Amino acid sequence: MFDYNFHWRPVMKSLPDLLEAASLTLQVAVLAMVLGIVIGLCLALARLHLRGPVYWFATAWVELARNTPALFQLFFFGFGLGAFGLHLSPYLIVLAGLTFNCAGYLAENFRGGFKAVPETQIRASRSLGMTPWQAYSRVVIPQVFRIVYHPITNQMVWAVLMSSLGMLVGFRELSGETQFFASRTFRIFEYFAVTAVIYYAIVKVILLSSRLMAARLFRY
Amino acid sequence: MEPTLKFFSGFAPNDLWFMGDAALRTLWISVLSISLGTVLGTLFGWMLYEGRRAATLTLAPVLDVFRSVPLIIQLVLFYNFAPIVGLNLDPFASGTVILTVYTAALVANVARGGIEAVGAPMRRAARSLGMSYWQDLRHVVLPIGGRAVFPSWVGVALGVMKDSALVSVLGYVELLKASQILITRTQEPFLILALAGAFYFALSYPVSRYATHLENRWAQ
Repeated sequence: MFDYNFHWRPVMKSLPDLLEAASLTLQVAVLAMVLGIVIGLCLALARLHLRGPVYWFATAWVELARNTPALFQLFFFGFGLGAFGLHLSPYLIVLAGLTFNCAGYLAENFRGGFKAVPETQIRASRSLGMTPWQAYSRVVIPQVFRIVYHPITNQMVWAVLMSSLGMLVGFRELSGETQFFASRTFRIFEYFAVTAVIYYAIVKVILLSSRLMAARLFRY
Repeated sequence: MEPTLKFFSGFAPNDLWFMGDAALRTLWISVLSISLGTVLGTLFGWMLYEGRRAATLTLAPVLDVFRSVPLIIQLVLFYNFAPIVGLNLDPFASGTVILTVYTAALVANVARGGIEAVGAPMRRAARSLGMSYWQDLRHVVLPIGGRAVFPSWVGVALGVMKDSALVSVLGYVELLKASQILITRTQEPFLILALAGAFYFALSYPVSRYATHLENRWAQ
């Protein structure tokens, strides 16, 4: 049919390496998400309850993360910080870029979640004798968690997909490793086709496990 | 005359032209693929809505692939696949094709949501006023459903505009690629990245703010 011979054998030979790189992809994405959730929570609370420089810092973070390309953010952590003599390793560049981006997007989701819980509930729990901490951890956070659960899942998928940009800053996660092998064997199409399948599988596993977890978490 | 050879040269005024030119290319590929992708995506969304089971079994999984594989992998894959089937596409054409399909895959869901947002009673009312199926779509579903999902469409469009930076992997010199080239020559990463980032931000921020404003106004 085509005037082209597909060679899948080199790809199959390096499949173990690709899968190992896939675990690196997953690792950096999970780490960025954990950091992103913590920072995003702080940013959301800062934008909701604080005034002054902290508010502006949080707002600037969120707007920059949401309104510039993820690749630009990676370049910034890669070359931009180099201007100040700060040279990060490719791993740190990707981790910092992903965390910056995820924190910004998640902060907006969290802010929406906090806003959706009526303030009267906090007052009610306070008048029942709960401390502010108890009111937050027992009343507000469980409701917010339910609201932001699906956005967090989506963001996790995005984090995996975005980590593929590591290829452009020399990080050898799944995409970077694929490019490395592809340029060594010139079997570019074959390698990237297999990588696409691996990404697809990772995303499907994330979505499926998220759905199973949701079924257990939100039973009532 | 100084007998030294200078390897790097500073940022010159005509480099601004170079960047402006690249910014226009970013704009051009974004506008082209967003408009084509929106038309195609609306069509897909309508098919998903009307085709029920047939579309859920055939079209939905295909569109799902484009949402579950990193854009950068899609670009490399398509760019290397086109010659296999005898197409000779330059980076711009390949980038436009993939960005268009990617947009369409995202818009399809938005469009289906829009059609679903128009209640069945209203559509039945339109039909019983004597409107044909197409009149109902054109004069009832489009204005009402379109308004309901306009903010999410803006989100998709801005996302694609930012993701158009990835076409640089194919060698298309858009804004971020141009910045990279200039950084290599001038060794002034911070200034150049700040300029590029400011362009994206200036494009994306007002539009997203305007969409939020419209969303709030229409919600009342």
